[in-house]
Order: sequence, then structure tokens, then C-alpha cells
Amino acid sequence: MGGLEKKKYERGSATNYITRNKARKKLQLSLADFRRLCILKGIYPHEPKHKKKVNKGSTAPRTFYLLKDIRFLLHEPIINKFREYKVFVRKLRKAFGKGEWNAVERIKENKPGYKLDHIVKERYPTFIDALRDLDDALSMCILFATFPRTGKCHVQTIQLCRRLTVEFMHFVIASRALRKVFLSIKGIYYQAEVLGQPVTWITPYAFAHNHPTDVDYRVMATFTEFYTTLLGFISFRLYQTLNLQYPPKLEDKTDSKQQSKEEARYAMDSETYMEKLSAMSASLTRVVAPVEEDDAEMDVFPMDGSSTEQEEERQKEHQELERHKKLFEGLKFFLNREVPREPLAFVIRSFGGEVSWDRSVCIGATYNVDDTTITHQIVDRPALDKQVINRYYVQPQWVFDSVNAKLLLPVADYFPGVTLPPHLSPFVVEKEGDYIPPEKQKLLALQRGEHTVEENESEDSEEEEEEEEDSEEEEDDSDVEQNEMLKKREGRQIPEKKLNVKVTAGVMKTENRAKAAQDEKGEEKRLAIMMMKKREKYLYNKIMFGKKRKVREVNKLAAKRKAHDEAVKSERKRRKKGRTG
Amino acid sequence: MRTPARPKRKEEEEEEEEEEKLPLFDPSDEKVGDVDSEDLTDSEESLFSGLEDSASDSSDEGAEASLSNNDKKEDASEEDNDGTDRQKLKVSNTSQEKEHETASSSDLSAIQGISLKNEYEDDSSDEEDIRNTVGNIPIEWYQDYPHIGYDLDGKKIYKPIRNKDELDEFLDKMENPDYWRTVHDKKTGADLKLTDEQVELVHRLQKGQFGDVNFNQYEPAIDFFSHETRIHPVTNRPADKRSFIPSLIEKQKVANLVHAIKMGWIKPRKPKDNTPQFYDLWAKEDPNAVLGRHKMHVPAPKIQLPGHEESYNPPPEYLLTEEEKLAWQEQEPEERRLNIIPQKYHCLRAVPAYPRFIHERFERCLDLYLCPRQRKMRVNVDPEDLIPKLPKPKDLQPFPSTQALVYRGHTSLVRCISVSPSGQWLVSGSDDCTIRFWEVSTARCMKSLGMEGAVKSIAWNPNPTIGLVAICVERSVLLVNPCLGDKLISSFTDQMISGFVDAEEQHLQPVTWRSAEGDAHSRGVRLIVTHEKAVKQVTWHGKGDYFASVLPENGSMQVLIHQVTKRRSQNPFSKSKGLVQCVLFHPIRPFFFVATQRYVRIYNLLKQEMTKKLLTNCKWVSSMAIHPGGDNVICGSYDSKLAWFDLDLSTKPYKVLRHHKKALRAVAFHKHYPLFASGSDDGSVIVCHGMVYNDLLQNPLLVPVKVLKGHNITHDLGVLDVVFHPTQPWLFSSGADSTILLFS
Repeated sequence: MGGLEKKKYERGSATNYITRNKARKKLQLSLADFRRLCILKGIYPHEPKHKKKVNKGSTAPRTFYLLKDIRFLLHEPIINKFREYKVFVRKLRKAFGKGEWNAVERIKENKPGYKLDHIVKERYPTFIDALRDLDDALSMCILFATFPRTGKCHVQTIQLCRRLTVEFMHFVIASRALRKVFLSIKGIYYQAEVLGQPVTWITPYAFAHNHPTDVDYRVMATFTEFYTTLLGFISFRLYQTLNLQYPPKLEDKTDSKQQSKEEARYAMDSETYMEKLSAMSASLTRVVAPVEEDDAEMDVFPMDGSSTEQEEERQKEHQELERHKKLFEGLKFFLNREVPREPLAFVIRSFGGEVSWDRSVCIGATYNVDDTTITHQIVDRPALDKQVINRYYVQPQWVFDSVNAKLLLPVADYFPGVTLPPHLSPFVVEKEGDYIPPEKQKLLALQRGEHTVEENESEDSEEEEEEEEDSEEEEDDSDVEQNEMLKKREGRQIPEKKLNVKVTAGVMKTENRAKAAQDEKGEEKRLAIMMMKKREKYLYNKIMFGKKRKVREVNKLAAKRKAHDEAVKSERKRRKKGRTG
Repeated sequence: MRTPARPKRKEEEEEEEEEEKLPLFDPSDEKVGDVDSEDLTDSEESLFSGLEDSASDSSDEGAEASLSNNDKKEDASEEDNDGTDRQKLKVSNTSQEKEHETASSSDLSAIQGISLKNEYEDDSSDEEDIRNTVGNIPIEWYQDYPHIGYDLDGKKIYKPIRNKDELDEFLDKMENPDYWRTVHDKKTGADLKLTDEQVELVHRLQKGQFGDVNFNQYEPAIDFFSHETRIHPVTNRPADKRSFIPSLIEKQKVANLVHAIKMGWIKPRKPKDNTPQFYDLWAKEDPNAVLGRHKMHVPAPKIQLPGHEESYNPPPEYLLTEEEKLAWQEQEPEERRLNIIPQKYHCLRAVPAYPRFIHERFERCLDLYLCPRQRKMRVNVDPEDLIPKLPKPKDLQPFPSTQALVYRGHTSLVRCISVSPSGQWLVSGSDDCTIRFWEVSTARCMKSLGMEGAVKSIAWNPNPTIGLVAICVERSVLLVNPCLGDKLISSFTDQMISGFVDAEEQHLQPVTWRSAEGDAHSRGVRLIVTHEKAVKQVTWHGKGDYFASVLPENGSMQVLIHQVTKRRSQNPFSKSKGLVQCVLFHPIRPFFFVATQRYVRIYNLLKQEMTKKLLTNCKWVSSMAIHPGGDNVICGSYDSKLAWFDLDLSTKPYKVLRHHKKALRAVAFHKHYPLFASGSDDGSVIVCHGMVYNDLLQNPLLVPVKVLKGHNITHDLGVLDVVFHPTQPWLFSSGADSTILLFS
């Protein structure tokens, strides 16, 4: 055998990766700068498939970057800007130390700055790519917008974040893109559909933050720096698609005189505009006047593969979506001062409703409480002393639940002071075998257009159903039969009612053929499982473990619900008895 | 008092000055002068005094000038009278100096004014004082002398006659109304009476006020160097030469700056960036653009969307009970399935801020830039697909599937069983020190023989013409004629044994052969082979003449092979290769299998050599069985594995079956049907279809066909022995629950 001796770790995966420290040395950057660069450029460590090979035989825990990534960083102009900034700081310090104030002025004037435009373009070559990554950007900007204007980070950043989020929300309103809202204990989740991409973000409840000490704000600020750039460009583009002016301008409808007076009372001129914009009560001006005929009929494209049924389905879906977009159209809302104004205004406006609030709560109120055309007043206090007869008083959850249900729910459950029905997450899509809370089942029935029968009856029957299910579920939990169980559960959605009748006739022992066959099958399977290879068996066991755990969880939830319902029922009965007795 | 350095500096300054014709008065001086003309002259004098010094240019005079102000003033006033034009010379200093000077001079002038008045009015103190020329020395030095100094002419000044003692002093104090304003002058030794003005001055000074009553300290300051252009220069000083010549240093500086700008070290003011902050970045988007990145790019996973349990008002079943909450709190944050405790609020107004909101965003940030990413293929397999497709057991019939009979009678665990070659009889040995003969078809116990100890192993002679059973009991192997069934066979057996003729030459035997007599003979025992150590296993050769016994504690003689007809025994191995577990004869060829703990060695008995060594991959082999074809061996082990060896294929197992959950105790092959079975401590017997093809290219097909359960587990032991029926597809199993089961 001739040729050179092959050395280890000089080819293959060992050469594709580079450790963090080596990368840092190659780029000649400090760790902080390296991290900043990674954040801005979206470079992240990779987990190699064979870590030991990549680590050259060592098992020490190291983070690896792809060598290509690091090479790609080498040509980044931002690196030079970082170095320039370092030099700038050094010069400035020197000038300060020497007391050369002229020099200080001059150096300060020439402070090096950088732009992230090219990085945005590079990371997201197409607009859709950028939209896909919008979730984190929005959540972060919204968080920063709620920070106090002191400490933590630059005021300009906070203002920019606020501006961008407000602009984005205006876009959502204008394009009617909002789809789902969820009141979580962490904050409010929104999901909008922008150009076919679902964009989800979370806003915290409007309270002062309790700033934690174990959080590195510089890291977050670097992220925000990038995210603001990204969000700005996206907003610009989105506004362009809707023919809206960017930066946004409010439509002027009311006479300016009165407005200006009001403004003057409210705040300084420069601030009012932003405030009014963020009030979200008025719509924006368009570059081109909107065409009245908005919903042109969808053209029908005869497609090769799709049958007429599919087409019909698609059309139906489209109609449903259109209806959903106009959910609150024609309704006039008034927000009491105790309800969170911004989320509600945003949600109502993005479904076509009109909204106003007390003049003293926020700028931008369009009508007063005593407006007779108000249809709904959102109230979040147990009782109201003065009620107007021709409007509904509902709790805020009604708005969110209606949006998620895609229809106006009956208001009776949401009157002020009543116990609210549970607020369900719209993000959960139940698959077969998952636990579906009874409220969700009811809602699904409502969406299908079925009217629920008398409340009590339906409840009772439901309970019975559940009982039956439970009893059957608890029957046996043997390992292999779980699979069959799963299948069985699918088949048996609506079990029949059992009559509580006793029949004691003679028992004829019949050979249950079906059962025998099933048993045989079961045994066959068990035997086959015995013959599995070790690795496959491991995988199989893992899958089955997951399935079983899921079934267990579902059973547990169902049992819990049953216990709770029974407790409530008995409580109600006792109270009734107490009342009668 | 002035310091001597001050006038000197003034001298220098004044030398530079040219004469000036215009008298320039300090405005403050003017004002003072308005009030008191004498003061004016005085202040002028004080100004002039320096000039005079400079004019005289003598060091003496300078030294004189350094004397007290009063002296100078006197001189000045005296020389004033001389009327020299030098008087006209004016001092021009910086305004600061001037003001300072005027302040100090006016300040002094107040005192001087008083003293001047005194001088002119009563002419008392100062002159005398001056006449004493001792200077500024401690006056005590003159204590012992009658004089206190010298006058200008060098004559002694005598002390006044002091006749005042303490009493006088006191009387004076009491009587003299002016005592309080009387001051003792130490230089002359005379008493001085202060005038009213002087007293007042003292009072003012004590209060920290200016000495001069008329001095206004809050006068508006006059700014000399104001922005207003004046017709006259403030100073009369001619412009410097350097003000006409371009400065070399500045030139150098400018050159440096220019060079720096040229080289780009210094940038003149940056041009303002006029491009808007945001524009249409994706105006010319190219969907095919190479993403500056590579195909290894792994986009960050999106944050998981919240479920019902995160709602502010979740359905009641999602709320945690107390125990669940406790369990949640005890878990590590990483292993929690939910990262929050679900909570219910009765209305939206009651929902508080989420305290970990910033944390969660921050953690997301960290995940985005610090967390190593890897693309993982999600196993989206249907578990059904993982199950191997095997022929259906139904198609592989016949095999034992149901429990047919139970053989009851033993009182302790049944260690070993064996079936007669005809398949009519079953013999079992148990720990209750008996062996029992059973009729297979009826489960009837035909015979029971008591033994001296627990029966470890039992084997029916495979030769159908001989009715002999070998039984291991402690240190001996008994050969028993069961005397069941065909009389011919039993009589033939008896004949064969009794027809033994002892050879002439006595071999040295490792064991002793003994014929049973009397009671034992009547019970059926024919021969007793006594070993030196306890015997564990006995097995027959297929022809029924030879049998082998295993003595695990016997050092190098662990295996012995005996011949019944010749009553001879021999030790085939000179050296032990480990703890022998069991031995087997090959059914056809002269091979001998010895299983030690981990290996199975195959010896050729004719050539007297080892032909193969099978690696079982087990920790401890418990049992072994050979396929009737002779090419396949199965080994059961205590680590619950069953290894199938294809001797033609390899010395490693063709397949290892891990069907049992506990240690295997026995394995068996069926003589005719392609079946094998294994009995284990978990109380089950697993019957497998083990088809061996004559075609050498096709590997054996192993399919488990039945799991037989019937034995109860007692003392952690389940099935102890399994044996197939020689002709029928039936299976016998003996268990620790002292029963024997027949599965058919």
C-alpha cells in the first residue's frame, strides 16, 4: 500500500465545524462583539452528528459553529464598524482625559454608526421569509415598547418599538388579518394571517414590569436592534401592499378646530399624533382611494386534479373567512374604563366594529356613553348602577370568545357579574383520541349550526356519555390491547344509552367467535413483538409509551371533569333543597 | 504689610512701560478721593512710591521701599514737595492688579489717615516710634537694660521711669474713666490714650468691617474689557512683533490637521444621511437568491402555542390539585411538562401581570443564539409497521397449545423429567427424594421409588429395546429398570445387566460399579455407579450403551463417560476448561458437547480433539439441547437468553431470543416436529417453531408460536424442566409448584 498516511481528523465532519473560541480568534473579536455579531447575523451553533469525531476524540462539552458560517462572517462589513466604534470610544476617552473639549466635540460628531439593512436582506432574501420569522420580532418589540422610559435601554429604542408595533397593529386592522386571540395568564396571544403566513405574538398585560436582575438586557437590546429594523421594513412593505401611506396618517374626518382644542388639552403637539395613532380608533389614509367593491367574487379556476366538491369546499371556506372578517361589522362598542382598552380596541376594530371609550381614559374617543346607537358596552365590574335598555352589557371575554368561535356568541353567558364559561385556547386543534373539553364540544356543535337543546338535558346526557366512556376506558389496560383500545375509541363516538334493566334468564354458553379471533390476533401480535429486533423494540416501546401516556392523561382529565361536575351538581342540589326546606 | 517681592515685580513691569502723559485714575480712587482729599493724595502717593523706587534704581531704596508703608508715605510726602516731573508718571497695570492695589491701598489709607491726622495734630506716637531703631525684635531683650533702644543718632532711648505698681494700676483702673482706652506702648514704654476715631476703628475691625466708614464694598464693577469698541486702547502697550508674524507653531498644527484629513485620520463633519430609515427592501427580490447561507441552515423552531391550561379562565379539569401542585414544585424546572401552574381568575380585571414575562423572552433570545441546533428526523412510523411479518402460528401447527393433564403426586419441586422412548411412560425426579413413574395418557402414578437424596437429573435410555432409567442422586448414578409395560423389554434389560462378566484385568476406574441387591434390586435398581463427588447431570448416548455424568466439583474430572455393558468409566478430559454446566452426545456423529459457563465446546470423540468452540454471548449457560438433525444447538442461559447456533454457519449465535423475562432453566427440541421449547423462572414455557431446511443456503426459520402458562411461581422458581413427547407434538413441563403439566 503506497501513498501518504491518512491523518485522523483532517477530513470529514471534523473539518466542517469550528469551536466557538477558535471562531472568535479567527474573527479577532471579543466575546461580547462575537455574540452581538451572531445575534445580528443569525448565526447559531450546530450540534454535530458525531460529536466525538468533530471534537477530535475528546468528549469535552464544546459548542460548535459551522465553519461556513464563520467564513461567511469574515466578510461582514459590520465587523469593521465594531472596530471603528472601539476606536471611537478610545479616542473619546483620551480626549476627555486630556480635557480637549474641541476634540471631544469633533469626535462625538463623527460617532460611527451602522445600518442593518443589508443583513435583513441577506437573512431574508424574500419577503415571505421575513414574515415567517416575524413572531419573535413582534413579541420582543412589544415588550420593549412597554418598558419605562428610564434606565434599561435607550428612550429612542423604546419609542421606535412603540411606533413600529402600533404601525403593525394598524396594518392588521386595515387588512383584517387577525384570526385568533387568547387571554392567557402570561399575556394576550394574537394570531394574524399575513399574506398566508400565520404570525403569532404575545403582549403582556399592562402593568409595570418587575425588572429581573438575572436578565442580560444588552442581549435583548441587540435582538431588538435587529428586530426593529426588520419590523420597519416589513411594515413599509405591508403598508405598500394595502396602498396605505407610510408612515401612517390618520384619516381626518372631524373638523380640525375642535380636535386641536382637545389635543391642546391633552398633551403637546408632537406627542398627540403618536398617541392618537396608538389609540387605534380611526383608520388610516390610503394612497389610492379604496374601491367600494371590495370582495370581488373569487374566480373559479378549473383545476385538473380537484373535483367540484373540493372546489365547493374551498369556496365555502373562503366565504366563512369573509364572514369571520366582518364579525363585528355594524356593531358599536363602548369600553368602560376598567377594561383593558388597547387589546379590546384592537380586536374590535380588526373585525370591523366601531369602538369608543370615555374621553378621559385616552385620546381618540369618537362617541360618548350616552350615544344611543351603541350596541354593546364592555363592562368588567360585578354590577352597574345605570343601564341603558337598548344595548348589551357584556364582559370582555365575550369579544375574545366570539372572535375565536367565528360567530357572535349568545351574550347571556357573559353578562356582568355572572360566572364566565371557561376561556378556551383557539390554538388547540384536537385530533382523534385527544381530550376535548365539553365546552369545546358545545362550541363545535354551535359552529356546525346545531342548536343545543335545553341546557340541563344536554348536560345530563353528556354526563352519561362521559360515564359510559369512562367505564369502558377503565376496563383493561393491558399493554397490547391499548392499541385496539385506541381504534375502538375512534369507532365508538356516540355510544348508545344503557338501560338499567336486569334480565336473569338461562345462560347459554356460546363460543364468542369474534372474541376468540381477536384473542388469537392479540396473541399473534404479542408473539411477533417478541421476535422484534432490539432497536425496533426500543422504538416500538417508546411509541407505545407515549401513546399510553396520552391515553392516561386524557382519562385523567375526563375523570377530573366528571368529579368536578358531580361536585357542582350535588352542591346545586343541596342548595335547592336548602331553599325548599 | 507689603512683602518686598511685590515692588520688585512692579519694577519689572514698569520698565517695560512707556511714559504716559494722561493721568489715569482708578474710579474707585476717584470716589474715595471725592470723599476725602487726603486719602486721594495718600493713595496716589502709594502708587507713586513704587515708581520712585524704580526711578532711583538703587537697591537701597528698594529695600527702603520694603519697609512699612508709613515710612514710604512719609518719604513720598516729603518728596512730593520736590516737585519733580517724575511725579507725573503713572502706573498702568492689569486691571486686576490695579483693583487689588486700590483695594489694599484704600484699605490702608483709612488707618493711615487717622495716623496722619495724629501726626499732624498731636505729633506724638509715630515719630518717637521711628526714632527707636532697634527694629522688629522682641522687646523683652531690653528687659534688663535701662534703655529700650536707640534713636536715629545712635543715642540710647531710656525707659520712662515706671513707678506704677499693681496697686496703682488697680487704682488707675478704678478711677481713671479713660483707662479702657489706654494702651501700653511696648516700644516706648509709654501709655497711649486712643482717640474716639481709633476706638471706632478698632470696633469696626473687630466686627470684620472695612476700616473706612465711607468705603462702599458693593460698588458696581466696571468692565474694562467689554465688547464695546472704544476709541482709545485700554493699554498703551504697542502690539507685539509676533502679532504681525504668522506663527510657526500654528502653521505646524494646521499642517498636521491637513495631513490627518488627507490621510483620512480625521474626518470633517460627516455628511448627513438622507436616505429614509425604511424603504422597500424587497423591491427586487430574487426568490432563487442563494441565501448567503448553506443547505445546513436550520430555521429556529417557533414557540409552542399555548393550550387550554394556560388560559386565565381554563376549564376546571385543567387546574392542578394540591398534590399535583406539590409534585410540580418539587420537579426541576427543566423536567416540568407545564412551565406554569394553571390558574383561574373570575374576571379579566383580576388577572395580574405575569412575573416571568421578561424571563421568557430572554430565554427565547438565548435559545435563538446560543442553543446548538440539529436537524432531527422525526420518527413518524406506525408502530404496526415495526412488528415483523411472521407466518401465522395457525399455519405452523401442530404445536402444544393447551394444558391437557396435570400430574400430581410430588410434594416438592420437580427437578427433572424424562419420557420413555415409546412415549408411554414418564419419569420424574423431585426434591422430596422420590422418583415417580407416570402413565402419560392417564396421568396415573404407576410407581414411586424413594431415594437417599434429592434427584438432580434423570434420563430414560433412548434405546427402545432397553428399559433403563439413569438417576442422579447425590454422589451416585442409579440405573433403574422401571419394569413397566412390555415384560420382554424389562427381562431383556435384566438379562443384559446380569450377563456381565467381569474382565480379568482390573482397570483403575474413577468410579465404582456395584450391582444392586436385595431390597434395592426388588425395587428395580440394577446398578449403582458411585462417584467421588455429587453428580449433577446424566445423559445417554443415542445408542443407549454409553452415558455421561457431570460432577461440577470434581476438579479436572468433571465429566465422566460410562459404558453400561462393560461397566467401564473413563475421564475423557485431562484438564478442566471451566465449570461444566451440562454435556450432550451428538445424536448421529461421535461428537460430544460440553457447556461451560460461557462457551460450548464440541469434541470429536474418535479423533480425541476439540472441533469447535461456540461463543454463547451469555453470562451463564444453564441448559443445552441439540436438534435431531445434529447441526443446530440451542443454549438457555440464566440471563434469560436463548441462543440458537447453526453449526454450519458460525460459532456465534445465529439468533438470540430474549423472550423470557427471567432465567431459563431448560430447553428442549422435539424429535420429529420442528419445535423447540424453553422453560423459565417466570413460570412460562415458550414453544417456538424452529424449521431447519435441508437446503444449506436457507437459514433456519424461528417463529414463536405459543406461550404456555400453567405453573405457579414458588420460591422464585417457575418451570424447571421441559421435555417433548417423542412422537406426539406434546410437551411436558415440571415446575417448582411440584406438578408436571402436559400440553397438547
